Parts: sequence; C-alpha cells; structure tokens
Amino acid sequence: MRYRPEGLAGEPEVEESGEDGTPDGAARDGEARDGEAARASATAAPSAPASNTATATLTPTATATGDQLARWGAREWLRWMWRQLTSMRVALLLLLLLAVAALPGAFFPQRPQTPEKVAQYYLDHPDLAPVLERFGLFDVYASPWFAAVYLLLFVSLVGCIVPRAIDHVRTLREPPPRAPRRFSRFPVRDAFVTTSTRDDVVASATTALKPYRVRREEARGVVTLSAERGYLREAGNITFHLALVGLLVSVAYGSLVHYRGQVIVVEGETFANSRIAYDSFDAGTWFAADSLDPFRMQLDSFTAEFDETTGAAKDFTASVTVTEPDGEPTAATIKVNHPLRVGGANVYLMGNGFAPRVQVRDASGALAFSGAVPFIPQNDATYESRGVIKVADTTTGTQIGLNGWLLPTAVVDADANAFSISPYPDDPALVLDVWSGDLGLDDGVPQNVYQLDTDGLTQVTQQTTADDGTETTEPVRVVVRPGETVDLPDGLGTITFEDLPRYVGLDLRYDPTLGFVLTFALLALGGLAGSLFLPRRRVFVRVGADDAGRTVVTAAALARGDDPGLDRELQRVLTPLRSGPGSGDAPPTQSPGSTA
Amino acid sequence: MTELGQLSLYLVTAAMTCYLIATVTFAIDLSRRVASAPSRVREPQLVAAGAPAEAAGSATADAAALPPATPVNGAARTNAGGAAEPATGSGDAAGPTQVRRRAAAIGMSTFVLGALFLLIGIVLRGIAAGRVPWANMYEFTMVAVFVASALFLGIQRRRDVRYLGTFISLLAVLALFLALTVLYTDPAAVQPALQSYWLAIHVSIASSAMGVFAVAATTSVLQLVKDRAEHRGTAGRLAAKLPTADSLERLSYRINAVGFVLWTFVLISGSIWAEHAWGRFWGWDPKEVWSFVIWVVYAAYLHARSTRGWEGRRAAWFSIIGFVSILVNYYVVNFFFSSLHSYSGV
Repeated sequence: MRYRPEGLAGEPEVEESGEDGTPDGAARDGEARDGEAARASATAAPSAPASNTATATLTPTATATGDQLARWGAREWLRWMWRQLTSMRVALLLLLLLAVAALPGAFFPQRPQTPEKVAQYYLDHPDLAPVLERFGLFDVYASPWFAAVYLLLFVSLVGCIVPRAIDHVRTLREPPPRAPRRFSRFPVRDAFVTTSTRDDVVASATTALKPYRVRREEARGVVTLSAERGYLREAGNITFHLALVGLLVSVAYGSLVHYRGQVIVVEGETFANSRIAYDSFDAGTWFAADSLDPFRMQLDSFTAEFDETTGAAKDFTASVTVTEPDGEPTAATIKVNHPLRVGGANVYLMGNGFAPRVQVRDASGALAFSGAVPFIPQNDATYESRGVIKVADTTTGTQIGLNGWLLPTAVVDADANAFSISPYPDDPALVLDVWSGDLGLDDGVPQNVYQLDTDGLTQVTQQTTADDGTETTEPVRVVVRPGETVDLPDGLGTITFEDLPRYVGLDLRYDPTLGFVLTFALLALGGLAGSLFLPRRRVFVRVGADDAGRTVVTAAALARGDDPGLDRELQRVLTPLRSGPGSGDAPPTQSPGSTA
Repeated sequence: MTELGQLSLYLVTAAMTCYLIATVTFAIDLSRRVASAPSRVREPQLVAAGAPAEAAGSATADAAALPPATPVNGAARTNAGGAAEPATGSGDAAGPTQVRRRAAAIGMSTFVLGALFLLIGIVLRGIAAGRVPWANMYEFTMVAVFVASALFLGIQRRRDVRYLGTFISLLAVLALFLALTVLYTDPAAVQPALQSYWLAIHVSIASSAMGVFAVAATTSVLQLVKDRAEHRGTAGRLAAKLPTADSLERLSYRINAVGFVLWTFVLISGSIWAEHAWGRFWGWDPKEVWSFVIWVVYAAYLHARSTRGWEGRRAAWFSIIGFVSILVNYYVVNFFFSSLHSYSGV
C-alpha cells in the first residue's frame, strides 16, 4: 500500500515498502493506474524521471533500451499497447475524448431525436449535410467513432479495475502490513511517556483501535500494533467502476430487446397492441414480434386544465379502460409523470390535441370521407392547431385536400385574421384552404399524414375586387363550426364539422433492463461516495520502555489521499493511553527500541 | 399571495445589494498589504525540523525528532494539526489573523446578511407560488447562489477562507443580477411535465451542485494565481494573501468531490424522472448531452489528480472547464438550444 503523506511526498512510503515488503495496491485513488502508467512510460521512455511515489515498489518488466526495442516481438508490442491502454494517462485522454466526442450531438440535429430538423438541415445546407452524414454527425451516439471512444474507455477501465479488485481481495486476506522501524518521516505522529504499564497501554490501544484490523507484533519487549481501516474506500472505487460496466451492458442489452411504439388515440376509440396498430414502431434486433402482449385500451376521455390567466397547462389526464387478453376491463388513468404499466410495457402520455370529426361529401353528394382527424397544436397556450384532411375516395375522381387550422376559441379580427384566444374549445372553428386534383397517395411512397403533397393539386382561389377596383386572387377559406355543413368552393362538395373530440399521443415502451440500469446506477453512486468520502487510514502504535523504566509510546498515522481528520483520529486513539499519574510530555531519554 | 412574491423580490434585491457591498469590502481587505510574513516562510522551518531525524538515521531520533512546533501533551492538541499539515489553511490563518482585518469583518457581516435575505426570499417565493421554489431559472439561480454562500460560510467556520469572499460575492452579484433582470418571472404553478416529486429532488440537487462547483472553481482559479506566483517567486497582493497552491488544490478537490457525487445523483434522478415523464431515461437531449459532458469532465478531473504530470495546475484547469461547462449548460443550452428542458419560464 503506497500511502502518500502530505508535504513529504513519497518518503515514508519508500521507507515503509522497503521494510514491510508489501507492495499492495495504490496510494491515492487510481494510483495503481498511475503505477501502471509509470511502468509503461518507463518502458517507453527510459529517460523519464521516475521521481514520484510509485517507483519504489515497481519492478520494471522491460527496460527499453534501443536494442531491446528493436528486438520486441509481437508479444512485447501487444503487452506494451495493453499497458498503455490501461494506464491512467490514456484513460484520462479517453475521458477527454469522450467529452469532446459527445458535443457535436448538441450542435447538429440528431436523427433519432429530431428527424425533421435533419431534413431541414439538408434543405438549408445541401453541400454540407452529406459530408456531416458521412461522418455520422446526424447520429453521433450511434456512430462508429463514438462507440470506439467509449468501448476503448471501457476496455481500459476493465483492464485497470480487474487487477485492482484482485489486489484488493488479496489485501483483505492479509493482515495489515508491518509498521516501519521509525516514524520520523510521518507528518502525523506523536510520542509521549506514560505511567501505565506496557500491557495496560497495549490493551487500551487495542480497544481504541476496535474499528481497525490490527496486526500485533512483539520483539525485545516492544509491542507494535499496525492497524488499518477503510477497506470500503477501495471497495467502493472498484464497485463504482464495475457498476459502470454493468450499466453499459444493461443499456446495450436493452437496446437489443426493447420495443417502442407511438400511437394516436381519439376519445372513444380503442387501440389494440399489435405492431400494425402503431403509427410508428421501432424495436431492437432481438425483438420478437409475438412478444407483444395483445391488450386493448380504450380512451374513455381526456381532460386538460389550463391556468386562467397565463394559459399555461396545469394538468392532463387520460382516462382509459384496459382489457388484458384474459382479463376483465379495468379503468386506469395516465398522466404526464405517471405512466401506466400494462402488458410488461409502460404507456406514457406524450401529447394531446383536438381531432375534429368531419364528413366530406363529394360533388355527387356521396360520402367521401368520415372520421376524426388529429390536428397538431402549434401554440401551447391557445391550442391553435394545424392539420390536413385528405379526401381520396370521391366518386368524381377529383380528390380533395383540405389543410388549415383548428381554433378552439375562434376570434376573427377586423382584418379578417382568425386566431384562438383560449386552449378550451369554447367556440371552435375549422379554417381550411381547399385543394383539388391528385393527392399523390397512389404512388406507393409513404406520405406524412400531416402534410399535403401539393404537386398534383391546385388551390381553389377566387377573384376579389378591392375598393379601388384592383383585382386580386386569393385562396378560398372555408370556415366551419361544429354542427354546420358548409359548401366547398367550385362545387367540390360539402363539409360537415360533426364534433370535436380530443386525442392523446401515447408512447408504449418495453425495456426489461430498466431495473438493472437503475440498480447499477445506484451501485455506482454508492461506490463513488464511498471511494471519495470514506477515509482509509493506518495507525501504528509502538509501546516500549525507556532506561528509567517508564512506558514510552510512539505512534504515527497515515492516510490514503487527503484526510484532514487524520491527526484527530490519531489523538482519538492515543488519548486513552495518556492517562495515569506522572504521565507527561517529557521526551523519553531513549527510544522504546525497534523491531528491526 | 402576490404581496409575498413582491416581498420576496425586495429581499432578493436586498441580498444582491449586500453581496455587492461584501464584494467591495472583501476586495479592500485583499488589496491591503499583508503585515505579517506569508505562510511560505513556515515551510523551511519544518523541513529543517525533519532534517536532523534523517541525519541521525537511528530509531533514537524517533521521538526527539518531533518538530518543535508540535506539542506533545494533550493540552494544545488543536495546534498539532497545523504542524502535521504545514501546507493547509492553518498556515495562512496564523499570519493575517493577527492583523485586524476590519474590511474583511464587514464583508463577512454583509455576506451573512445577504445570504439570510436570500434564504427568506427563497422561502417566501415558495409560499407565494405554492410549490418548491426552484422550478424556473430565476429560482434555480437563487438556490444555487444560496448554496454557494452557505458552503462558503460553512468552510469559513472551520478555517479562514475569507480570501474567497470577494470572488464568491462577485459571482453571487452577477448571478442575481442576471436572474432579476433577465430571468425573472412571476411566481406561478408549474406545467404538468414538472408536477412530480422529482422536481423537489432532481432540481434542488442540480442547483446545489452548481453552487458547490462554483466555489470549487473559484478556489481552482486562485490556485492557479498562487501557483503562478510560487513559480515566479514573487507574490502580488492577492497571491500574498492566499495559502499555498497545494492547500488550495486540496480545498478545491474536497469541494469538487462533493459536487461530483451530487452531479452523479443529478444524472441518475434526472434519468428516473425522464423515464417517467418522457418514456426514456436517456435520449441525448442537448441538456442531457451537456450534463453528460460535465460529468465526464469532472471524472477526468478526479483522474487527472492522480495521474503524474497532470496533478496540480492541469487538474485545476479541469475544475474550471467543468464549471464553465455548467454555465454553458445553464445559460446557453436553456436559451439557444431546443431542448426538452425548456422550463426557464422566460
């Protein structure tokens, strides 16, 4: 154990390790790595000054003079590379690299998070985007180079922590190392004379050292206690690092077996858990389609509450009825921070809005479209929502596209601008532009249901004459309120706004590793706290007699890393030993002797 | 309830004024020439004291070689810590405290007053809003400033760190000024995504970590100043007031260690909350990216401390870069990145 007392770097440690011959473990956190680094750098650059703490216990396995370098075979090179990789210095560089490598994801749009922004980036920077794409900058966290950095880091971590764990187990099975012959170079030390007998002093010292593991040695009438405590510090350090490995493995396994689907459900409608029912669905490589639990879920109602003055959302609650394959229907609620657990998966409330139920009849009066169409809120405070109604099944052959706004509480100002003043559906209205022609649905190319492909469509417009006589062409706007039926322009047909149910956007996610991820994360946290805050200390107490026959106590303490409480701890141990009449601070005329 | 909100606002403004006065008075204290010798002088004594022991080379010297400064009876025990750890705060405490530092005393008083005003302001704000008072950037800043102040005062109880005072106060003034002018919002209830007990846990620890890291980074900056002075062999007025770079390094490390554990907890609690609210525990949202980067930077800091050639000055840079990343994560990401964490309320 290489301890580094503050201010006198290395000296006691050299003495100690030279004497007790226990080159175990590391001084400060991670100094085993440092030792590795020193060893590696010693092999790589023989001229590097091996000045610091670690050198005394090191036995260079290969001294690399030029000749020897030339004679290195594949094995030596591999060993050298492994040492480099598991050295603290390289681990540090990899950590820095990881931090830098993670940053582009914050600057460039990422496909898994915001695919629409990636598409926009392609439009805005047509030259740059393909280059970024090639380097994986639109999906940084799945890119090979990001994976290379963290995998190397984890290999380095494992290569470092496993030997350390083995070392630590060995340390635990051995008694604490022998005390050095002299304590003179320990900054935290003490010496005094007491009138108690030697055995009394040793007994009280042993009691005071209860929390420690103690090795007792006796030679020529001098008893030496070597005590050590705080093994949990290193155990915590090892736990922390191994827990990180566990975390990575859990997350990796989770990404292989997980599935995640998104679906929009309108009030009154029922969703059946099967792959085709989802609007979007993605799953890991090892996901089996039949592992979906075929439950059904009906959205009974959805309520939204908003602050009266600011319009900010206060509460969203979805009331659902869930029917498991072999069970009774049960009522449940889903809220934003309270997902519903069903069929092994979690159901999250991710979004909501209005889905006006409309009927469109074509020019011949035949029913061409009927259903609730989800409109996407564009403004959180007023719920002005955009949406598209695609009427494909007309008997006349001319398809109709309607796009525009749903305004929950519609107001039209003097300039004929329509807007909403409240998120509540107090006076809803649909304000729609009308297109006719070919919706482009038959090309076989998947279309965004929220966008109108206007390539094959012409907008219905009208001529308006202003007061000064100039004529302008303006799109025709159809405004329709619940219960109303309004004629579409150009004799295209009619539209009926039946009612205004709400819809919810739900995320269903299945990831069996969540429990493991959490466990490893908490283990890492606990291990980290232990490795940083638990003091690891050694206390040496030597009890002998001087020429006058008085009992002489010398003691020293040593800690791993910074330990501001070390001196206090030594005094805690020594205070009970001072008692007795005639004890005092008179320096002993002769030392209590030594074990050497 | 609005009266309480208004009162809270007055108190926070008063707190900012106190911090401003503290900044000035602490600065006056720092600009004074040091009457007593700087602590560096003490070191040779100890080295000298240790030398005979080495020369004697025998076990006999063991007890006799105790430094003269170390009392061997139990009466004056508290002083032994100073002798055992020559480079820590006790060295600087011994020098300047003998001189009366009236400006520093005024600084401390106004600082404590400012922290008290701020604390009451935060509590009243919470009552006015009817929830925990750290749900938007204005409130988050107040909590971070208060935690930094409390930490400074806590350390000050154990050792003299008044040399930090002007810098901590200045940070507090800047942060509160920004909060009052740019980030202020009226107290109100929070949106559904924030209605969770994790708001009380995750966000409070995040703002505390920010306060803790601020103090550590300040100490690291002073460490660099002192380190530079030590290498040049000259000390300006500021450097002369500082303890050794080594001692500053250890102080900064202890604070950063606490901060790192807090930050780890922030990541974990945030992940749990994200799992509840957004259906995934980690999604590389810009806020998550930056939080991860911060964590890695501080992990690198801890590793750098125990890598030869990287301890000391270089490690201090990690501590500073870490805090700069936190500022970016807080001010830049909230305003200029589209993030799920857009709760500033501005």
